[in-house]
Amino acid sequence: MYEGAVQELIDELGRLPGIGPKSAQRLAFHILEADAEDMKKLVTAITTVKERVKFCSICGNVSEQETCSICRDPRRDPTMICVVEESKDVQAVERTRSFRGRYHVLGGAINPIAGIGPEQLRIRELLNRLSDGQIEEIIIATDPNLEGEATATYLARMLKTIGVTVTRLASGLPVGGDLEYADEVTLGRAFEGRRHLS
Amino acid sequence: MYVEHLSLTDFRSYAQVDVELGPGVTVLVGSNGLGKTNLVEAIGYLATLGSHRVSSDVPLLRFGTEQAMIRAMIVRGAQKTLLEVEINSGRANRGRINRANPVRARELLGICRTVLFAPEDLALVKSDPSHRRRFLDDLLVSLLPRHAATRSDFERVLKQRNALLKSARAGKFSSGHEATLEVWDQHMAAAGAQLLRARLDLVERLRPHVARAYAELTEGPKEARIDYRSTLSGPLTDDGNAEGATAGEAADLAGLSVPELTERYLVAFAAARRRELERGISLVGPHRDELDLILGGAPARGFASHGETWSMALSLRLGSYYVFLEDAPAEGQSPVLILDDVFAELDVQRRERLAGIVAGAEQVLVTAAVEADIPDKLDGRRIAVVPGGIDEGQR
Repeated sequence: MYEGAVQELIDELGRLPGIGPKSAQRLAFHILEADAEDMKKLVTAITTVKERVKFCSICGNVSEQETCSICRDPRRDPTMICVVEESKDVQAVERTRSFRGRYHVLGGAINPIAGIGPEQLRIRELLNRLSDGQIEEIIIATDPNLEGEATATYLARMLKTIGVTVTRLASGLPVGGDLEYADEVTLGRAFEGRRHLS
Repeated sequence: MYVEHLSLTDFRSYAQVDVELGPGVTVLVGSNGLGKTNLVEAIGYLATLGSHRVSSDVPLLRFGTEQAMIRAMIVRGAQKTLLEVEINSGRANRGRINRANPVRARELLGICRTVLFAPEDLALVKSDPSHRRRFLDDLLVSLLPRHAATRSDFERVLKQRNALLKSARAGKFSSGHEATLEVWDQHMAAAGAQLLRARLDLVERLRPHVARAYAELTEGPKEARIDYRSTLSGPLTDDGNAEGATAGEAADLAGLSVPELTERYLVAFAAARRRELERGISLVGPHRDELDLILGGAPARGFASHGETWSMALSLRLGSYYVFLEDAPAEGQSPVLILDDVFAELDVQRRERLAGIVAGAEQVLVTAAVEADIPDKLDGRRIAVVPGGIDEGQR
């Protein structure tokens, strides 16, 4: 245990995701020894983020304004919505530059152990967006794990009655990989999702 | 196959130990508490990624350490494979095959095959059904490593569904709960059907071998039989007895495919809905199934004598050994047999018969506190286990 301020800093850092007690200690001493100006910048960055960044009132993505830049962009295809779990998933899809529709961030996945049910996710907001009849396709891009699949099943059942096309991202073999290194689950999924070539 | 070399670091009582082993019979002799079982437990761990003595990995780490290492050179025919498992506290375990890059420990499954006999096996017959389900699942994963995923997927769905049922208890059940529960029903039915299908097939394969092993061990008039009893054929009560299900009903599951079993589960979930909501747990599924052990027409549990109970437990293990032999009949593919402290528990007749059956295996590792307990048929190398290590060269 260190005295006062140092220990307090270590405790605070240790609460961050992916940071254990050893890493927290290392970061704390880095901060302690670093240039005061640099650390001021870090403090300002954290404060600004907490003050200025909000969540888009339409899609739930991070934004500095009432609505995010993607929802405001008129060149975006208004008939398609890609549903993701987190804001960072929006960035992942954006990097592909192949999707030109808009997004909807759920804020997680259905996970009863963590106490997250459909009411805790932004599903009602998604339904509201569908009410004007402009949307033609919903692409479900939740994580391909148990909780993400359960969320996808839930959404698919719910949207079935509304009459929009609901699609799910494919799962299968990674591009550029070797077949022999694929694990059984992935390879099994790839077989289920095979496509006609001719 | 046989283990040629075993090396342990910070595993159980050992800071570091190296043992040279070879084909044929090896007997590890030493007083109680010196670490004989720790050596064979490590080899068993390489095969199942679990200990036969404890359900968590924590006791496997030497007290006060964060990481244990098991290294073994496995010889299969002309092929040598170096397996390494790193058991970590608080992190995922990792494995390495032939010094390649570390992989998930799960990738090691299926390379080293063992059949381990231990005093704890008595629980297979006497204790609650969870022991028998674990026995089936461990054997399943050793035979078909892809089922490690089947098993863990099911366990994860079950946990989520139970959490949901628990939160829906005490009249808090809303329409939101209902819709979510239907989603988990679907996923649990699919995962449960996979596991059930695999277990049903395994029991079919295992049944004749268990009967044969029991006959060889006893030559008595009683016949041993194993049957799988699924909650799909009727709910089981908490102590594992069926509420009106018969063997005939169980048999009708035999020909069903995974999609058909999935449908059956969905129907069964709907029927059990009210009771599940009242109790807040999943009542139907492979996690509440039972492997019935029957001796001469009566259930072994409760009806069998102490000696018969032992014979039944040994028959399950020997039956597994026969299944492995049938699965990979080629030279050098037979599993390593480990007999941990079992001879002291058996009467002379069972000792002699068991020794006669296992003596011909490619590698047999036996531990005993008293050398006199080892039948003469198991003649082989003796290794003395002494405090902190081993003393070789004795015969």
